[in-house]
Amino acid sequence: MAAVLSPMVLPAPRRGYWSGVAKKLLRDPVALVAGLVLLVVLCAAVFAPWLAPADPYKASMLRRLMPIGSPGFPLGTDELGRDMLTRLMYGGRLSLLMGVLPVLFAFGIGTSVGLFAGYVGGRVNMLIMRTLDVFYAFPSVLLAVAVAGALGPGMSNSLIALTLVFVPQVVRVAESVTTQVRQLEYVDAARMSGAGVLSIIREQVLGNVLGPVFVYATGLISVSMILASGLSFLGLGVKPPEPEWGLMLNTLRSAIYVNPWLAALPGAMIFITSMGFNLLSDGVRSAMDLRR
Amino acid sequence: MLLYLLKRLLYTLPIALGVTLVSFTLVYLAPGDPLNAIAPADAPADVIEALKVAYGLDRPMPVRYGLWLARAMHGDLGASIATGRSVASEVMGAVSNTLVLASVAAAVGVFIGCVLGALAGYNAGSWLDRLASALSVVGVSIPHYWLGLVLTIVFSVKLGWLPAMGAGPGGSGEWLWDAEHLRYLLLPAATLSVIPMGIITRTVRALVAETVNQEFVVALRARGLGRVAVFRHVARNALPTVLAVTGLQVGYLMGGSILVETVFAWPGTGFLLNTAIFQRDIPLLQGTILVLCLFFVALNLLVDIVQPLVDPRMGRG
Repeated sequence: MAAVLSPMVLPAPRRGYWSGVAKKLLRDPVALVAGLVLLVVLCAAVFAPWLAPADPYKASMLRRLMPIGSPGFPLGTDELGRDMLTRLMYGGRLSLLMGVLPVLFAFGIGTSVGLFAGYVGGRVNMLIMRTLDVFYAFPSVLLAVAVAGALGPGMSNSLIALTLVFVPQVVRVAESVTTQVRQLEYVDAARMSGAGVLSIIREQVLGNVLGPVFVYATGLISVSMILASGLSFLGLGVKPPEPEWGLMLNTLRSAIYVNPWLAALPGAMIFITSMGFNLLSDGVRSAMDLRR
Repeated sequence: MLLYLLKRLLYTLPIALGVTLVSFTLVYLAPGDPLNAIAPADAPADVIEALKVAYGLDRPMPVRYGLWLARAMHGDLGASIATGRSVASEVMGAVSNTLVLASVAAAVGVFIGCVLGALAGYNAGSWLDRLASALSVVGVSIPHYWLGLVLTIVFSVKLGWLPAMGAGPGGSGEWLWDAEHLRYLLLPAATLSVIPMGIITRTVRALVAETVNQEFVVALRARGLGRVAVFRHVARNALPTVLAVTGLQVGYLMGGSILVETVFAWPGTGFLLNTAIFQRDIPLLQGTILVLCLFFVALNLLVDIVQPLVDPRMGRG
């Protein structure tokens, strides 16, 4: 029986599984470097108030668009004379938050809906999945821009928009794994021994579903980072004067003729972070596949 | 085969209907009166009422949706609130500009992705494979709007070889396939092509690497077939999946071009969508979203129709 199923849905992982994954990750140089880079970016963002050399909001008309490497301003100053290094550090706070939160929300909502749809099956499942197919029919950038645009600019609105983009995708993964697990014999055995629906889901099904959904979700973080900053870049996300990489890229865009490389800095941060998440997620994926 | 086509069509219809519903209602999620776009804040009540009637905003939502849908089926998407022009003609003009950009970007991205992926898959583990993997990770991680900015900095600001913005020498006029217009296309198309390139490289690499190790390939080699002949068999096996992924990616390009169009001031759907959002021009917003989505739905349908034609295994199943 088990040979027909994909390796992902074999009976729940043994104890020590996660320590095995961690061990494998530590032996993967690419994932390790990616994790370190992310850690540095995260620390710079979290500890920005203590580490940053200047005030992220303090503008000065006298020192606008100073080039990279200016004395006192290692990464130059932006179009309002604010210290770039400081703003890039502070910018990580909102950018990371806006990138990770929608995936976290979608992970929670999507897993619940997917578990429900997969476990109940039948018509209810059909109804839920076909409804979500409609949202699948929207290219993700378009859906994000359309929802954020309809709701109006703002941080919480772009969080809603991005969550809505990822929920159907997570539901699909969770639903398909649940549907496979539900038919396994040990779930039948649990049911026959009189276990309630909730306890079957919690004890027999969830353990199998969380792994694949988790791997899928980690892969979404980099997409989410790029989309979230993209919304701010369009003027649909974070509002000025808040420091956020996408928004900074937008406001500095007019400076590309004066100080081009300075204008490209916020985007480089988005790139580095998103690449870090991608490589780390690849590492986690292969580390979690312990059978190979 | 015919049954499959019929089933697939029947499956698409409710999706398309759902898309119209979402495109229509999405716009009303926002608080605020859509008439704010045209009527001044201190307009007298009777003027507001007259405007409401003129734009059909006085009727209940389901009725409005029904009317809108019925007109949309005849190709009438209403009039833009901000400009009064026909939404259908505005959207079609923008769509054709986006299509120019997206089709060139797709062709470039898919071609390079396939070549790179096939080379990497064929030589799994070699330096070429590692290079292709690295490139594809960069391709999926890079914020494409930033890549556009960097390309502008290099090729327009620093080198001065290519124009930084617009879709032609005379502002946003009619698109022509001549050398002068192509210079404007180069940067945005190159930027956009990165979106499908990364994922297609990955997919093709995985497929080819897997197929090469299958027994039938070993058998073909044992029979003494040359590299090229063997490769033709491998490619034939990978084709259906590559086609499916390609279709999906080209569809994403239509949406993904929103940001790239903004960077390069390309007069396509992204530009139109932006205008509609910031002017709160509801009919224009609904129309643009609808047309883009229907394109995506149609493309998915097309892929599903073509796929069994290139994969005989599917027809029987």
